[in-house]
Amino acid sequence: MVEFQDYQSPVRPTWCEGCGDYGIWNALKFALSELDLAPHEVLMVTGIGCGSKTPDYTHVNGLHTLHGRSLPAATGARLANHGMKVLCVHGDGDGYGMGLGHMMHAARRNMDITDVVQNNRVYGLTKGQYSPTSPEGFVTKTSPQGAIDHPVNPWALALAAGATFIGRGFPADLRHLVEVLKKAILHRGYALVDVLQPCVSFNRGYAYEYYQPRVYKVDEEPGYDTTDRAGAWQRAQEWGDRIPIGILYQVEGTPTYEDQVAVLRGGPLVDQDFREWTDDDFEKLTAEFV
Amino acid sequence: MPSMEMAFKIGGEAGQGVESSGAGFAKALVRAGWHVFGMQDYYSRIRGGHNFYQIRVSDRPVYAHVESVDLLLALTQEAVDRHCGEIVEGGGVICEECLEVDCASLDQRDVSYFPVPLTDIAQEHGGAEVMRNTAALGAAAGLVHFPFEVMVSVIEDNFAKKGAEAVQVNLRVAESAYKYAREQFADKFPYRLGRVDGAPPRMILNGNQALSLGALLGGCKFVAGYPMTPATSILQWMATHGERYGVVVKHTEDEIAAILMIIGAAHVGARAMAPTSGGGFSLMNEGLGLAGITETPIVIVEAQRPGPATGLATRTEQGDLLFVLHASQGEFPRIVLSPGSIEECFEAGWRAFNLAEKYQCPVIVLSDNFLANSVRSIEVGALDFAGVQIDRGQLLTKEELDALEGEYLRYAYMESGVSPRALPGHPRAVFQATGNEHTPDGHLTEEIETRRLQVEKRLKKLDSAREEIRGPVLYGPKKAEVTLVGWGSTYGPLREAVDMLNAEGGRANMLHIRDVWPFPAKAMREALSKARRKVMVEGNATGQMAHLLEAYTGVKLDHHVRRYDGRPLSPQYILERLEEVHHG
Repeated sequence: MVEFQDYQSPVRPTWCEGCGDYGIWNALKFALSELDLAPHEVLMVTGIGCGSKTPDYTHVNGLHTLHGRSLPAATGARLANHGMKVLCVHGDGDGYGMGLGHMMHAARRNMDITDVVQNNRVYGLTKGQYSPTSPEGFVTKTSPQGAIDHPVNPWALALAAGATFIGRGFPADLRHLVEVLKKAILHRGYALVDVLQPCVSFNRGYAYEYYQPRVYKVDEEPGYDTTDRAGAWQRAQEWGDRIPIGILYQVEGTPTYEDQVAVLRGGPLVDQDFREWTDDDFEKLTAEFV
Repeated sequence: MPSMEMAFKIGGEAGQGVESSGAGFAKALVRAGWHVFGMQDYYSRIRGGHNFYQIRVSDRPVYAHVESVDLLLALTQEAVDRHCGEIVEGGGVICEECLEVDCASLDQRDVSYFPVPLTDIAQEHGGAEVMRNTAALGAAAGLVHFPFEVMVSVIEDNFAKKGAEAVQVNLRVAESAYKYAREQFADKFPYRLGRVDGAPPRMILNGNQALSLGALLGGCKFVAGYPMTPATSILQWMATHGERYGVVVKHTEDEIAAILMIIGAAHVGARAMAPTSGGGFSLMNEGLGLAGITETPIVIVEAQRPGPATGLATRTEQGDLLFVLHASQGEFPRIVLSPGSIEECFEAGWRAFNLAEKYQCPVIVLSDNFLANSVRSIEVGALDFAGVQIDRGQLLTKEELDALEGEYLRYAYMESGVSPRALPGHPRAVFQATGNEHTPDGHLTEEIETRRLQVEKRLKKLDSAREEIRGPVLYGPKKAEVTLVGWGSTYGPLREAVDMLNAEGGRANMLHIRDVWPFPAKAMREALSKARRKVMVEGNATGQMAHLLEAYTGVKLDHHVRRYDGRPLSPQYILERLEEVHHG
């Protein structure tokens, strides 16, 4: 049995006291250990930002890449070793700003990757600039008159791109976040988990006190059907007095990208030995050019 | 001098099948035993414009194209206008009567005019005007008494995919044009290309194909890329062959994704490659540095074309040398190879992976449009398929990891700079790779001493790699009056320029640089110490290799021949510029 402790690292986080990243970090460790996945069976690919340092504080295979670029790195890793559970963990600037294009492509390909976005709606590590999910009028060091940009809607974008699993969690409800993460990790295909991450240093207006009274569990609403795409689209627009968390949408049985790559039917690429070349191979390769 | 040599040029619009028919004819010539060099020249558009395909055929090995034309096949007025002036004395032009040809001017130069009703033949026997290219080739073959059965075999192969009907109509068109030209004009044209008796079997391929073959045999398991001329055909070749030979090929959303995907794939243990050109490589810059600091073995093929920005999208230049050497912020080791021939492209294709894994760093194979897309005939067996070796360097096996005692240190300090590498997936070697500076166990750090040691550790790998970086190839006599120095795709044109100079009674040789970085300074210094007049020849405006060479060897070059108009260096171009140097 894999224990929560197996993911513990002697390296302590450098996050601020009260940061939502602690909750997400613990939820990840709970989810992975409760699914009996051992640290060596998991690759956690991250971008750049406070939350992207998660593998530094976790006993797990980590690939800490570039800002916005964790999804293509995770895609390459999955294609080369689909025996490994691959998670992306990154912030909203990383995932919805610089990495938004990659998210669209990972979703439409249905790569079997769990994409966890620590969405604090601000740039924390660079000390307070507005992010792609910051609300209009949000005053920061790069928007002193208030942000003019409309915020992106991660759920709607993921749905439009063809994501087969779309969820959201709130670290103050740790058990719920763990359960959403577990379902996302078990989901075969691209799974977005948008996490409402309070940033206590640079975004106090959208921290625990803001979200606590507003969040509700969408998939526990009577009559809500997580397989209904049109209903999910409606619900994805909801943001204000009520903010939905939980599983917005999940459709099972869609083949993953990896499922459809013929070469991978022979097992993970890295486990396939180098080809023993035969004279017949050489003749075939030569014949093309003769 | 050769007993038999001639150059064909097929000119027409994009969409007229200039390239495909040219390549088909080149293959037919090779099957008949001739040595061939083929080169395409085209505009960046799908229809219209002016394209040509040039085939140089000889009874001795050829390594470059020539500027002159013996037989022009002009499918359009523009082809007539542009290329008639290039036809040599005694040569000829095949075109339709409806095109305007300045016969008086041709007569003056003893150039024959062969009007052939290509459209009529194509329509009558094939039912479609588009088969004019087949008609033109049939006529050319008839004119030089080329064995028609060899044409048949190539047409059968080339059109097989389109079905038996396509094969039959093309054969009828070719045969009709062949007979027409042979009956009407063959006695007026002295060139003859029959079968070459006793010629060994040969293959004909371009640099991209040779490189792809090398990579495939060298264990490349993963290719990610975005189509960009002139590297696209590597991605396509791998996509076509991937399923049969176990290579996963991913056409990505952009080149940033391409390099990150190969980093992800290489990190978990697959030999991974991304083919691109300068524009795509520009997008890969940040990723290159990530591979550098995470010590991930990746291979990038940078097939150069003229920049900046889109530049001349379908043409050639060697303008990215200093760029690839310095790309990405910070200092980290990389290895750069610059193959110059089909054989060297093949070797670079597999050697790059060995170097990448041995030194755990990015390896860039620097090619260019001229090398990537020009075809050359070589003997079957000239590419040593069975001789390809796979050396994964200090890659820890499962057994070694099972026996590991204590904590695994991915970035342990080693004398060689190369730390034993584990792949993620083993319980004893759970580790993090990061683009931040890190401790030997892969954790983020900003400590002064660790930073210094990690920088030094990484750079030491370059000293280790330098031991197996190869010096220049010398061609020609050891002692010479003039030494022509080149790199990459200048190999062929320079080699022929040397032969031509020596045939005229000169004493010339060539130094060809095939491994660029770490710079083979010692070997170059030694090689140049024996040289008298040193001329650097390269395909750029600013003399990028000259700069490296002078900076790292302290040797002063005497003259420079440069070309940066998007067209490849030819032996004639080089000799003309040398003349200018001589008299200027």
